[in-house]
Amino acid sequence: MNRHLISAGDLTRDDALLILDTAEELARVSERSIKKLPTLRGRTVVNLFFEDSTRTRISFEAAAKRLSADVINFSAKGSSVSKGESLKDTALTLEAMGADAVVIRHGSSGAPHRLANWVHGSVVNAGDGTHEHPTQALLDAFSMRRRLGSLDGRRITIVGDVLHSRVARSNVLLLHTLGAEVTLVAPPTLLPVSVDTWPCAVSYDLDGVLPKSDAVMMLRVQKERMNAAYFPSEREYSRRYGLDRDRFAKLPEEAIVMHPGPMNRGMEIAAEVADSPRSTIVEQVANGVTIRMAVLYLLLGGEIA
Amino acid sequence: MSESRAVLEGPDIHRALTRIAHEILERTKGADEVVLLGIPTRGATLARRLGDRIEQFEGLKIPVGSIDITMYRDDLRRGPVRPLGRTEVPADGIDGRTVVLVDDVLYSGRTVRAALDALNDLGRPTAVQLATLVDRGHRELPIRADYVGKNLPTAKSEKVKVFLQEIDGRDAVLLMKEDAR
Repeated sequence: MNRHLISAGDLTRDDALLILDTAEELARVSERSIKKLPTLRGRTVVNLFFEDSTRTRISFEAAAKRLSADVINFSAKGSSVSKGESLKDTALTLEAMGADAVVIRHGSSGAPHRLANWVHGSVVNAGDGTHEHPTQALLDAFSMRRRLGSLDGRRITIVGDVLHSRVARSNVLLLHTLGAEVTLVAPPTLLPVSVDTWPCAVSYDLDGVLPKSDAVMMLRVQKERMNAAYFPSEREYSRRYGLDRDRFAKLPEEAIVMHPGPMNRGMEIAAEVADSPRSTIVEQVANGVTIRMAVLYLLLGGEIA
Repeated sequence: MSESRAVLEGPDIHRALTRIAHEILERTKGADEVVLLGIPTRGATLARRLGDRIEQFEGLKIPVGSIDITMYRDDLRRGPVRPLGRTEVPADGIDGRTVVLVDDVLYSGRTVRAALDALNDLGRPTAVQLATLVDRGHRELPIRADYVGKNLPTAKSEKVKVFLQEIDGRDAVLLMKEDAR
């Protein structure tokens, strides 16, 4: 495996399967009364968060702590960054503190890639701009595999704001690597221009795609990024692209419903769909800790060159 | 491949495991409280065989599981990261039981040390014992086996390789000179 995890596209099929298989074994640790392993004793993991993201940060923090690594949380608010420190100087500071891995969340696409050139340790992308969020894609793939078995030939539908979604891009890349067939469904205004170069199909007709889906992943409508008129009204969006009870009924019997969270109930997903036994939304959170343990173990567990 | 010779063949392994199964029954007075935990990969297979053997002899089905020690190794930082094996603890757990750890080859004793640490995180057995198919000497820690299939004097430069039907398609223990790569 690579020394960094920056893009889901960097993972080969073997890398991805190794991460998923490792997570499968580590999931058993989460079921025991003592959930801690001594493996990363003496390693330091820095959570470097330039954007607020409580769930991703605590997920990484829990994962690192369960492996006995030391965790330093560095959030941009109220830190030297708000005093104007550059990313590079922040990186060099962390380097001087002996960080073996830096988990970075940044508003600008490409920031983790830049960081990887400046620090010695491993860089893990925890979401950069509208680019990628590889550990989210891994935990989604892990959740699907646990419910559906192998992902080979599975039909996965991703619905919603693909344009602003790093989750969608990482998922398309990873699921393609794992042999799944991905279809994106979104209003044309919420698809990136380059989507025809992605390894997936595109549709504007949710009702036509649902009966042929093994899993449907609803993306959050990112109100904070809705600075232009991407669709006429929330109500219209919800009518055309929301997963309500009637649409849920069109899914095959065994199909599952996913959401990376945090969700807008009643907007992209109806409350009763989100709470149904075929929804994996809560599992995805637990699986997030497990998959991040697997990633940290595989990056830091061996000899560091 | 250069020089290698078979130290144990299929029937020898069969007999050794039969004897160990009897010894476990004898030493633990009927094995009522025993849980067999094999160290993956081949230790886990041997543990299953011992469990089957004990069931044949006494009609007693004893819990069998596996305990992966990778995350507890003391040499993780030497060499590339290692894939994990399976840990499977029997449903009733190990609290208050006599755990018999099962491994294929006992060498430095570091694997067993790691297994004891791993065990510590799984529960509190009354006693822990160790069964091994081959004891090749050269201990680096104060650890010894309670049940040994064969004591095999070796040079440190030699390698001992265990083959088992379930995994390798045949039963044998080979002693190889180091240059056999």
